[in-house]
Amino acid sequence: MIIGETPPPSGAFGVDAIAMTMRFGDFLALDNVELKVRPGSFHALLGENGAGKSTLVKCIMGYYHATEGDIIVGGREQAIANPKDAHALGLGMVYQHFTLVPAMTVAENLVLARDDVPAVVNWPKEMKELEAFLARMPFKVPLSAKVSDISAGERQKCEILKQLYLKRRFLILDEPTSVLTPAEADEVLGMLRDMVVKGELTILMITHKFREVMAFADEVTILRRGKLAGAGKVAELTPDAMARTMIGAEELTVQPPRTGEAGKARLELKKIRALDDAGAVAVRDVSLTVCAGEIVGIAGVSGNGQRQLVEVLAGQREAESGEVRVAGDPYHASREEMRRHRMSLLPEEPLKNACVGGMSVADNIAFREFDRAPFASGGWWLNRGAFRDDAKKKIGQYKIKTRTPETPISALSGGNVQRAVLARELAGDVEVLIAANPCFGLDFAAVAQIHAEIMAARNRGAAVLLVSEDLDELLELSDRLVVMFHGEFVYEGRTSDADLTVVGRHMAGH
Amino acid sequence: MTSEAADSAEAAGAIAPAADPGFLQRYGGTIEYVLIPGAALVGALAVFGIFVMLFGKNPLDLYFYMYQGAFGTWFSWQNTLTRAAPLILTALCTALPAQLGMVIIGGEGALLIGALSATSIALALQGMPPLVVQIAMVIAGVVGGGLWIMLSGALRQYRGVNETISSLLLVYIGLAILNHLVEGAMRDPASLNKPSTREIGAANMIGSIPGTDVHWGLVFGLIAAIASYILIYHTVFGFAARVAGGNIRAAKIVGLGVSKLILTVCFLAGGAAGLAGMVEVAAVQGRTNANLAAGYGFTGILVAFLARQNPLAIIPVAILLGGISASGGLLQRRLGLPDASVLVLQGIIFVFVLASDALYGRIGFLKGKS
Repeated sequence: MIIGETPPPSGAFGVDAIAMTMRFGDFLALDNVELKVRPGSFHALLGENGAGKSTLVKCIMGYYHATEGDIIVGGREQAIANPKDAHALGLGMVYQHFTLVPAMTVAENLVLARDDVPAVVNWPKEMKELEAFLARMPFKVPLSAKVSDISAGERQKCEILKQLYLKRRFLILDEPTSVLTPAEADEVLGMLRDMVVKGELTILMITHKFREVMAFADEVTILRRGKLAGAGKVAELTPDAMARTMIGAEELTVQPPRTGEAGKARLELKKIRALDDAGAVAVRDVSLTVCAGEIVGIAGVSGNGQRQLVEVLAGQREAESGEVRVAGDPYHASREEMRRHRMSLLPEEPLKNACVGGMSVADNIAFREFDRAPFASGGWWLNRGAFRDDAKKKIGQYKIKTRTPETPISALSGGNVQRAVLARELAGDVEVLIAANPCFGLDFAAVAQIHAEIMAARNRGAAVLLVSEDLDELLELSDRLVVMFHGEFVYEGRTSDADLTVVGRHMAGH
Repeated sequence: MTSEAADSAEAAGAIAPAADPGFLQRYGGTIEYVLIPGAALVGALAVFGIFVMLFGKNPLDLYFYMYQGAFGTWFSWQNTLTRAAPLILTALCTALPAQLGMVIIGGEGALLIGALSATSIALALQGMPPLVVQIAMVIAGVVGGGLWIMLSGALRQYRGVNETISSLLLVYIGLAILNHLVEGAMRDPASLNKPSTREIGAANMIGSIPGTDVHWGLVFGLIAAIASYILIYHTVFGFAARVAGGNIRAAKIVGLGVSKLILTVCFLAGGAAGLAGMVEVAAVQGRTNANLAAGYGFTGILVAFLARQNPLAIIPVAILLGGISASGGLLQRRLGLPDASVLVLQGIIFVFVLASDALYGRIGFLKGKS
């Protein structure tokens, strides 16, 4: 169903959002925001969590109806009542999380996405058309492979191909590279950039990564707290200037310098073997020692057993064999052991792994300490006042943005959930810290804060095991670097001596 | 709160406790928990009215007699409360494990095993002072029912068996054990038509609350419901249970012993239903026989769902459902409806309550803003 007139039949077109205001009750999510995306340009939309980026693009895509403001597509004002209208106008969106059906092939996923899937699909004909379509595209994906068998980079390419296959010519990308390796990200964005330059496509990309903005975007719009904070040509801006516009007067946490030397062995893994959910061996007899005052980074492409290894250490998965020792004592992830050794865990996807969404921020912050004074009187009666007081203190200290300590934690943005977990896990004197992709999908301010906390814990003498898919993060923080591939450690060395090409080769299994 | 206030609160950084969130926002959730089940109940009554019209009866008469039979007189109130007592206890058998994210529907089985245990101990302790026998019966009922549901929890925790299915199947096993013993080893030779155990003796019966015909089981139920509420919302144990129920991965990462929590909660849940069985023996039947399988365990599931698994809300809901079942007799006498028609109503209520679950958070004017 097409409302108004269609944009030009081929080629790139622009989208302008004029004087957009969006209210959710009393809360002003967008305040008179303007966004001008020129036809055939690569436009970046920057902003911290909660700045209104998602709200703005959801208004453009018809998921939300702006309280005030107009949307102009290809030079004509359009009333976009729902995502279907947006699709009919040639607007498409690629989400941070994948929307493909894992059990189906790439070809099936592409055909499935169409509005007019026939009752009986003529597969030979469709395959021929798909191959012809792919031949015109800069990306190549294996059409007959199952989505569950292809890498994250290929999945993201599929998502983008799906939009192109559906003849969308204005793509909104919501943090499209958060699941990709830097090389994959550069490849995907480079190809999109080529299409933009050829005038086939217009792109609006939500991102946190200045590197990508500098390398690929023509123009940038920066939002701060629901208001337009700045806009301009990327060529005339520096990352520093953009960061300042993005975070306003807010000071980024300064990372303390690396001080002190590694001490005694604190965390020892001996021949740990663990299975994945399907029962296949995911971690193959790995051994590792992390000393006090040292950060050991585990690098590797997602899906090489890192998650299962962390789950064993977090008590979320039982090891098939092998043992873990902390300060020489056997460790089985019990509460008593975690307490005795002052262990802290910062798992990936904190809402899924470390929080109860329906419980309040204050409750979630108290998970480690609720059974002790002052939270519990006599070891059994909950002292509600103590929960609130402690939460208020930590909310201020860790800059957690929440309406009240009683707000359910699921109402918070990703960065603030991670801050709440940080507040809980790093409250005491940490002796062993295990962190897995702690900055995944977070904004500048949150990343700076988390990196500073991890470094501070190390300097205080904690043994830190940092598992990350972000190589830059590992190079910045870790003292020693280990590469995990197919469930084994295939490389180990001091980070200061690490050669990126060698590390990269081991990550790829060569 | 104005938008400027929102801005400045956000600008101030973390929290804005001073801002008045307004009545609806503060109580919207609570209103929802009353309004939606209430509407489901009204909807179910309306549909039941249509059902009754098909029998050629006036639905308004129906509602009048239902009210009369449930709450119209002191007599009907006592009847209602007597029926509510076991419902409170069996509802806890579903509501407590629900805090841990488990769906246990085998309260009936725990009730039967609790009754059997209580009867056995009473028969074994014949001649002891009544108070000793009664206390022993309470303990036996709780332990018997508790172990029964704990079995379901253990099967889930150590063998990966779905607790809903296993608890339901355990009902039939419990019934079979009861029948086996009542018709065999424990049969009173004098019970000819209806195989039963011997009587526990009039002296050992727990009797009624003074001045009423309502037995002490109601007090047991009220204490159990209030204690459950305190346990879940005000104690360390309840907090740990809610963490594990809300997200098992979060519970594990902070080192909570999930197995112990599951087994303990299942024991307490089964214990409540077992206590209901003990009450039915010690206050109503005086012996164990197949009469005990009167469906209190199953109606308890309905009560728990209607109360949204909240132990305190179970009390009024159990009284309401007790009233509906108490009115069955009057409907039969005055309207000539089949005795089972209140079961039809219960079924309709259950369907409405389950369907109404989809409405939470979707009622426009109750939406809190965040």
